[in-house]
Amino acid sequence: MNLQLRRWRPKPLIKNPYVCIVTCLAVIIYLFFAIGSLDVKWLRVLEGLSRAAALWSGFLHPDFTSRWDDIRNGLLESLTMTFTASIVGLVFAIPFSIGAARNIVPMPIYIFCRAFIAISRSLQEIIVALFFVVLFGFGPLAGFLTLVFATIGFVAKLLAEDIEDTSPRQLEALRATGAGFYQIVVFAILPQIMPRLIGLFMYRIDINFRDSAVIGIVGAGGIGATLNTTMERYEFGSAAAILLIIILIVVLCEYTSGYVRSRFN
Amino acid sequence: MPVSFARNGTKLWQRRTRLSDWLRYLAWLLIVALFVFCWRLMTMDTIWAYVLDSPRQGADIVSRMWPPRFGYLWQLWAPLWATINMATLGTLLAIVLALPFAFLSAIKTTPNRYLVRSMALLVISASRSINSIIWTMLLVAIVGPGVLAGVIAIALRSFGFISKLLYEAIDEVSNHPLEAIRSTGASGPQVLAFGIWPQITPAFVGISLFRWDINIREATVLGLVGAGGIGANLEASMNLLAWPQVAVILTVILATVIFSEWLSAAIRQSLI
Repeated sequence: MNLQLRRWRPKPLIKNPYVCIVTCLAVIIYLFFAIGSLDVKWLRVLEGLSRAAALWSGFLHPDFTSRWDDIRNGLLESLTMTFTASIVGLVFAIPFSIGAARNIVPMPIYIFCRAFIAISRSLQEIIVALFFVVLFGFGPLAGFLTLVFATIGFVAKLLAEDIEDTSPRQLEALRATGAGFYQIVVFAILPQIMPRLIGLFMYRIDINFRDSAVIGIVGAGGIGATLNTTMERYEFGSAAAILLIIILIVVLCEYTSGYVRSRFN
Repeated sequence: MPVSFARNGTKLWQRRTRLSDWLRYLAWLLIVALFVFCWRLMTMDTIWAYVLDSPRQGADIVSRMWPPRFGYLWQLWAPLWATINMATLGTLLAIVLALPFAFLSAIKTTPNRYLVRSMALLVISASRSINSIIWTMLLVAIVGPGVLAGVIAIALRSFGFISKLLYEAIDEVSNHPLEAIRSTGASGPQVLAFGIWPQITPAFVGISLFRWDINIREATVLGLVGAGGIGANLEASMNLLAWPQVAVILTVILATVIFSEWLSAAIRQSLI
């Protein structure tokens, strides 16, 4: 019997040592080429340091007053956009989520809904916004539609997974009583997914507000447009003020949604 | 239990009391009113002629995209490589930044529960609240347009995300191994390395891969605000109204996103 004591070592993440070595080598080679392809212009970076200082001082002395009207309008647009888009998105997401749940709908509907969700989730909001601005003209309506489109994909996917995870017993019990599709959805599915639905809705409001700050850059209204203008004019004080407001609202949203979710769960 | 009485005196079961019924109706009314108010405010300046014209516009754009100019694909490999590098290097940088913040803000590992933890949480919130596109706009002003701005932007946006999920994972670790290790006389760093770290490794790998996947998605559009990569081509093609090229770029972006999703799922399955 070999009683020689070995020093204990923690279990490695990759068990096979050869695979581990090959992976590490591949990672190092990749990093070498990737960092090599960065093409950093150090002179430009040096030049930018003064701007970084300006930006930093902007954050220390945010300028809320000189562009307050623009900021207020942008904020109003962002907030109204967020609220309406979250609600409309949720209303549309519910049928899509039911359609994308394998346990209650036939295959063709399932495939259609899943395809829609996949497209909505893979396209970045800002790309969608670019197209909607071309289609519907500049302004918050394009942003609203973008957010609705994104909300449907997000909520429907997560909700569909939840519907597929619901207990089949209630479904079976209702089917046994001869309930129709509508009755099954209302009395077996909805009560089981309601807490999740509310949680997702709150979470999505949060995301939609954050996104509404971005899609304005391509002309879809909201605080992003104001931010873009201030950045282009190098008014870092106003830009910092806008960013601080965004951070504040997002943090507030997060706390509220955390509170609401903890109450409903 | 709320009950009401029918005319003949029998008890009728009700789900809610009358007051809570009315309060519910009132809440719904308020939501609808707020919705209508917001809608009016939002569409105040909308030009409905454009909106009505949109189906025709949409059909027009689609018809211009067809047939896609697939020859353009050969000019896309370099930007695509830059995009993937931007996401990967950004995620790595984010992981490096995220680890200390995660340990500082987890209740179980923070050195000071009030001062240090709340500072760390503030930094994490600030990082998470600002979209990577906004970070890119700020960084393009500082380091100039290029992939570097994108890498730093992605890192700044992602580290808050990774820290948040990671500190939640740290707070959920089981205390038993920690106590066992402490009872052998292990120091703080040793408890961290042999008690906490092994318990959060799966979460850590999962979170990092998840964020990498999201970052690939985001890196494809950072070029729109000057961070290079495939988004820059998209911006240029749209400005030139070169719709057949736009179609190719969108296809490539879609394929990349689906591929990254598949790859991250595959790595996660093999590691965890």
